[in-house]
Amino acid sequence: MSSLAQLQRQMATAVMRPLTRSETTRQRDANGRSVAAEADSFIKPNDRLSSFERLEIYNRQYWFRLFSSFEEDFPGLRSIVGSRRFNRLMRAYLETNPSRSFTLRNLGSSIVPWLQQNPQYAEPHTESAIAMAALEWAHIEAFDNARLPPLAPDAIASLGDETQLALQPFVRLIASPYAVDDALIAIKDNAHAAGTQASNAVTLHLVRRNRSRRPKREQIHLAVHRHEDTVYYKRLAFEDYQLLRAFEANATLSDAIDAAFLDSSIAEADRPAHLQSAFQYLMQMGWLCLPSATEQP
Amino acid sequence: MPANRFNGFTDYGVGIGLRVPHYQHILEKKPVVDWFEIISENYMIDGGRPLTILDSILDQYRVVQHGVSMYFGSADKLSREHLRRLKDLVRRTNTPWLSDHLCWGSVDGTYTHDLLPMPYTFEAAKITAEKIRQVQDFLEIPIAVENVSSYAEYHLSEMTEWEFLNEVVEQADCGILLDVNNIYVSSQNHSFDPHTYVNAVPAERVAQIHIAGHSKFEKYILDTHDHPVLDPVWKLYARAIERCGPTATLLEWDDRIPSFDEVHAEALKATRYLDAAAQSPLAVTA
Repeated sequence: MSSLAQLQRQMATAVMRPLTRSETTRQRDANGRSVAAEADSFIKPNDRLSSFERLEIYNRQYWFRLFSSFEEDFPGLRSIVGSRRFNRLMRAYLETNPSRSFTLRNLGSSIVPWLQQNPQYAEPHTESAIAMAALEWAHIEAFDNARLPPLAPDAIASLGDETQLALQPFVRLIASPYAVDDALIAIKDNAHAAGTQASNAVTLHLVRRNRSRRPKREQIHLAVHRHEDTVYYKRLAFEDYQLLRAFEANATLSDAIDAAFLDSSIAEADRPAHLQSAFQYLMQMGWLCLPSATEQP
Repeated sequence: MPANRFNGFTDYGVGIGLRVPHYQHILEKKPVVDWFEIISENYMIDGGRPLTILDSILDQYRVVQHGVSMYFGSADKLSREHLRRLKDLVRRTNTPWLSDHLCWGSVDGTYTHDLLPMPYTFEAAKITAEKIRQVQDFLEIPIAVENVSSYAEYHLSEMTEWEFLNEVVEQADCGILLDVNNIYVSSQNHSFDPHTYVNAVPAERVAQIHIAGHSKFEKYILDTHDHPVLDPVWKLYARAIERCGPTATLLEWDDRIPSFDEVHAEALKATRYLDAAAQSPLAVTA
């Protein structure tokens, strides 16, 4: 290994080491070794700062940057679990899920499976917390995922039963036992009404001061989607959700229609009309495309 | 001097960083601005509002790309995905040159999202220069590397920061984005004369200059980009312009961002230095 790689591993380990509760650099590493001695070994002190203090500037900057990004992305999750628990949850998540992407946009990409594996961080509101986190991550994806060439409105009539279709990447589907959409809109409206347009820093401050706003228990199915560059949450009928889930998995037209009415309470006679209405909406919104369009070059 | 091969032989004036709080003002009022600098990573996405806004800006303004996560100095290999997305954006913006930092920030695929200082060694210079060459070849546009502000130095270093910068840009045959605020911040944190740095930079390689504000703490100075440009930085800027000639200049204001007009007015203070340099013969002296 080059001395450059060796130094960078040493520095990165020190910079990404978790802070103390009072947000300072730890005196000892996980093995009980002195962090000051470690810093002395590769960082020069100056006449005002020790090697440890110089390392601490970077150590704190690293964590504050990640905290700020995560807090900005998940105000709904914070509102459900409360500020103190959210801080614990955020630190534990980021310690085990550091950024693996050139952009902080992807920092929360593993939050839902992580919460499922670590429910204790959201107790006693684990179920609604997971639902909210899923909605907030879907919002991030819907905001800037690709809009591929949509299936032309007149193309649907000429498709065979075995034609595979796909859901546009800017449409994300959520099934939730809580009305997380209403709760998140209320949280954002509240922050907005409090005058948070000046900067993100102010937004976060105000969201923190809000009382906890937990969603009502209600089974919902949602399409989180982008229309004219704005993200919307559209509630879906169970059958429409099932239909879109099937397209998300690149199902054939006939399989998707079968999936839509599995466990459906819609009478057989009413199903054609329901489907016609659903496809009319999907075509109008451009939510469907061919699977080949979703394949990366 | 202002138009050189490191800035695509352009002659840009005073620009400002394109920031979200100013989107609406720019699109509605269409203010006269020489050019905008964008943070590449904010637009290396697949769709959505940022790209719509960018396309509207591109209809009316000149845009230059500035990156924050290429990490030329990382021992890690370059990310193909990052380069592919960056090249897509370069095609979209037609940026005449592209800048990123002379620093590192990732290890084994984990990103710190910070601009960490390099050890100033010959080995690091060689590795960094090679990566800059690879990026330059792939993107097919000139690259300018920016000196970062720093709060730490390593025992491993074998030369000064400006010697390291010169070593890298000579080996890579690339341009320099000279950030005079960063030079000032580092000079205070590491106790060197910032004019020595500015005087040592190869003026013929300077493609662009950054100016910005910073914050003073008890024992160090932090590069916060949340203030107007301070006097010592203007003095360094004046010296840089004296040496380099009227060079494309960009004001960075990233936190506690005031109104567009306030940011633009601050940037335009650079005009008097540029005008003075344009009217007097260049004195490229050490």
